[in-house]
Amino acid sequence: MTRQQALDLYFMDARCKLIELAAFLDRVERSEGDADFRLEAIRQALPLLQAAGTERAKAVLLSLSDPTQEPIPAATGKGACGAWPGIRE
Amino acid sequence: MVSRTTADYEAMRIAGCEAVCEPAFWAGFDRSSAAGFYDYFCQLTDYEPKRAAKFGLPHFCWLCINPKESEDMVLAREVLALIPTFLERSNVLGIGEIGLNKNTRNELAILEEHVDLAARFNQLILVHTPHLEDKLKGTRLILDVIKSDSRIQPERVIIDHVEEHTVSMVLDAGFWAGITLYPESKATPARAVDMVEQAGMRNIWLNCACDWGRSEPLAVPQTALEMRRRGHSAEAVDHLIYGNPLRFLSQSPRFKLA
Repeated sequence: MTRQQALDLYFMDARCKLIELAAFLDRVERSEGDADFRLEAIRQALPLLQAAGTERAKAVLLSLSDPTQEPIPAATGKGACGAWPGIRE
Repeated sequence: MVSRTTADYEAMRIAGCEAVCEPAFWAGFDRSSAAGFYDYFCQLTDYEPKRAAKFGLPHFCWLCINPKESEDMVLAREVLALIPTFLERSNVLGIGEIGLNKNTRNELAILEEHVDLAARFNQLILVHTPHLEDKLKGTRLILDVIKSDSRIQPERVIIDHVEEHTVSMVLDAGFWAGITLYPESKATPARAVDMVEQAGMRNIWLNCACDWGRSEPLAVPQTALEMRRRGHSAEAVDHLIYGNPLRFLSQSPRFKLA
């Protein structure tokens, strides 16, 4: 697949998702009350889209992941929320 | 597919699906006793194959207590004790989908016991890796557990639900990698093909979930279409979506297609 073919196939889809993301951030900004760690997680991931290379998806997934290595003592629930609640410095 | 109507079996058959492989998984609620699992295993090994057969689909399954219910170790061990009596049933492929959910100590202990069960009964293994932010850590823990059991041959294990940040560690360790297609989480058809293009086709298996949440039973044929749109040959598509699972599953003496 050439770069031109990739653009022909996927540009409109990517454009749609980019605008959806922008609208989501606007929606959160307009809303009242405090945000939680998930908003910060997205903000920290956004600059990764500007990186060079072909591993942006991997970099975003890593930035949203729990980086710790030890099993936790017990589960407090069954679900995952999509971002690690720990603080990244 | 215990969460689905027969309309999905029919649609899959029309789309060219040759067999269904259904893992034992979480029902969306916790079962209250091991007896609930006994009934579920009977459903997977007796009733469901008959239902699928009406639409010309051979039905195979994997057995375990899933990691979401493994936190209760007493229940988990009662269920583990039930499994050997079902392993001789004609459509059972092995132990799965075992693994981790929230990466807890109890989940890890029950994972080790499932791996031991698979080793003692010489079964194939299907592994569920955790969701979203828990996947990276969980995949590392799972690989450590399985690699530490010298009785387990990596080529007889598929580590499922890999994404861009876990696919290489799974393949590099000699395991099969499963890419699970979902409308929202895990992988879309486009991302799945991206991963295949970057990691290569060897030992990668595409699968779709047909569960009780938002999922798409025809996601594998949709991914075949995605490959063709990008210019992949019909032979490459066949190799990935048919040849690869056939190669992995043929390691089980019970996996036979008519």
